Amino acid sequence: MSVSNLLENWSDFRHKHPVEDVPHDPYKWAMSIDLDACTGCNACSVACYAENNLPVVGKERYAHGQAMHWMRIERYWPEDDREFPDQGAQFLPMMCQQCEAAPCETVCPVGATNHTPDGLNSQIYNRCIGSRYCSANCPFKVRYFNWYDYPTTENVWPAEMTQQLNPDITVRGKGVMEKCTFCIQRIRVGQRNVKNEGRVLRDGEVQTACQQVCPTNAITFGNLIDTESKVHQQWKAQRVELAVDEQTKDTEEGGSDLRGYRILEELRPYPSVMYMERVRESAI
Amino acid sequence: MKDIREDIAWAKINTDVLKSLESPRKLFWVIIISALTVFGIGVACELYQYNMGLGVANLDNPHVWGLYIATFIFWIGMSHSGTLLSAILHLMHADWRKPIYRFAEAMTTFSLMTAGLFVMVHLGRLWQFYYAVPYPNERWIWPNFQSPLLWDAMAIFTYLSSSILFLYVGMIPDLAICRDNIHTGWRKKLYTLLSLGWEGTDRQWRNFRVTYLTIACFLIPLAVSVHSIVASDFAMSQQPGWHVTSFPPYFVAGALYSGCAAIITLFIILRYVFKFEEYMTLAILKKVVRLTFAIAMVWTYLNLIEYATVWYSHDEVSKAVLIQKATGTYAPFWWMMNFCGSIVPLIMAFKRFQTNIPVMMVVSLLLNMGMWLERWMIVSPTFSHGYYPWTWDHDQWPSWVQWGVVFGSFGWFTFLFMVFCKIFPSVSMYEVKEMVYHRSLASKKLEVAGMQESGKGAH
Repeated sequence: MSVSNLLENWSDFRHKHPVEDVPHDPYKWAMSIDLDACTGCNACSVACYAENNLPVVGKERYAHGQAMHWMRIERYWPEDDREFPDQGAQFLPMMCQQCEAAPCETVCPVGATNHTPDGLNSQIYNRCIGSRYCSANCPFKVRYFNWYDYPTTENVWPAEMTQQLNPDITVRGKGVMEKCTFCIQRIRVGQRNVKNEGRVLRDGEVQTACQQVCPTNAITFGNLIDTESKVHQQWKAQRVELAVDEQTKDTEEGGSDLRGYRILEELRPYPSVMYMERVRESAI
Repeated sequence: MKDIREDIAWAKINTDVLKSLESPRKLFWVIIISALTVFGIGVACELYQYNMGLGVANLDNPHVWGLYIATFIFWIGMSHSGTLLSAILHLMHADWRKPIYRFAEAMTTFSLMTAGLFVMVHLGRLWQFYYAVPYPNERWIWPNFQSPLLWDAMAIFTYLSSSILFLYVGMIPDLAICRDNIHTGWRKKLYTLLSLGWEGTDRQWRNFRVTYLTIACFLIPLAVSVHSIVASDFAMSQQPGWHVTSFPPYFVAGALYSGCAAIITLFIILRYVFKFEEYMTLAILKKVVRLTFAIAMVWTYLNLIEYATVWYSHDEVSKAVLIQKATGTYAPFWWMMNFCGSIVPLIMAFKRFQTNIPVMMVVSLLLNMGMWLERWMIVSPTFSHGYYPWTWDHDQWPSWVQWGVVFGSFGWFTFLFMVFCKIFPSVSMYEVKEMVYHRSLASKKLEVAGMQESGKGAH
């Protein structure tokens, strides 16, 4: 902790801009979500609750905006003069976008939220003091705060139900922030398994819970660096790039056949989730 | 109208001020008891929230911050005028500040302490608050020095410790007077200890002046930077309605504004409760009111600038937030804030009202309400109408727990302040003596020069 050590190794301590930093190697976890395939069935959300020990807060608190759904299905209603049920909702699965230049990371006073070398936005529950600045600065509002003590005083998992909790991760107490981790517990298990074999993870060896249960395969998760991975192929096909704030789709003159975009990328958080636009009837 | 009678004997100043330490009016005890009651309500709410979790405050996603942060800024802001009066006006040799700066400086200290409470009350895990402090540890774990919130914690701590020091150092000669005149009980011991063996020798006075001036010079940039940093909490973030370059000066102006309004309120209360009519004169009130009016106009200007920059920018999202403020759920409060902040102070432009105590009491309270609303209108509307439409929430309303804690903080502040005024001289005896002396000297000079008709004293 000496000053001389700090000065000599300054370049190691200096945090560079995440996107311009040395490229993530060998992993950069990313996702692509095909909105044309999404049916809004909410299976991803349910799977996330089961995988990540999310407390079910009940109807009243849900209505209060205190739900803990790391993965949420958003409904949007087109304004085209049609009445429900003909109106036809559009769905958007929304979770932490694992931004490369995450607005939440810089503002945390205690450094409880950090960037991992494999391009994830991690959250250290034990370090969090609950200032909620990260959530205040998140443009997507995908961070969820433990407003109550769900495991104890709220007794969300009474007696036998504790048996269904996932032993790979913690149960969070009151006053800490949490959010989608891209199922980091699965990633870490996978990475350790292949480390013994002296290789890197192959595409499909790690699946997120939401991806696993999606009946229409709308969610693709994988290593963006691995050129063989499906997620890499999809990003490439849509000509979506991680380190830019405007994609080909938006710059092509006279409209584009491409469907890939990232949400609020003009704010330059460089999200790691690519969405593929729904193909509208009018467009066919 | 003179700021102070020039023929008050020094001994009378001593007895008058010392009397305030012993026999205030009955109202003092009424204030103490009601302050404690109000504070008790706040404590009860906080205990409930501590046990249950912050959910009982009715915070939610996206409304992760609420009245706590708004009131935190309010109290930080309130602290600024103490420094304005005691340090800036000291350097400018405006001697009318002398009878009133002591309580203004005490107001600074106690409002900072109140603001500090809100940081704690707001935290999800307040028992771990020390994680935000850069203490050396074996595991190399430091707070995040990039975070404006961390700058905030440091700035406030520095400002608080310097303010306490400034308040204390400026009080040493007076503490010695107390020591020499009060001969019984624990107070004698307290004053003896705190006056640090002050005897009033030339050397002591010389060192005292230098020290006092140095701390005053140190405190001024600190006061400006503290509220600029509080503004950075918002301006450095990415959210619409917060990401405004002009926030730091705007916040500083707002801070001085609410502080000056609070000084008027406390001026009127102290003047009555501790029978300080001879020292806290209407002529001084008039000067404070004029100062407040000037600052109110500066604030109004900066406020309009902020609206204009948002309105004429191409940032549609910020513009939507501004429109929400004026027309949405928060509209009544937003308009009330503009009314109290910009229209009500116009009353202070009229000479007839500048020395009218009931009118000034009401006006100063309205100004402070306006400034509290301003802070609320900075914090909450941005949450209700941010970047992401799916999370828009225009219906969130703070629960009674939040209101209770906010309410309780006023009790805590009033209690600390009143106890201070009872134990320590809230009018600076030695400086009032200086003021009386210099002024009588000045009018004698005028007399000699045959210019008495003009009737003007020094300054």
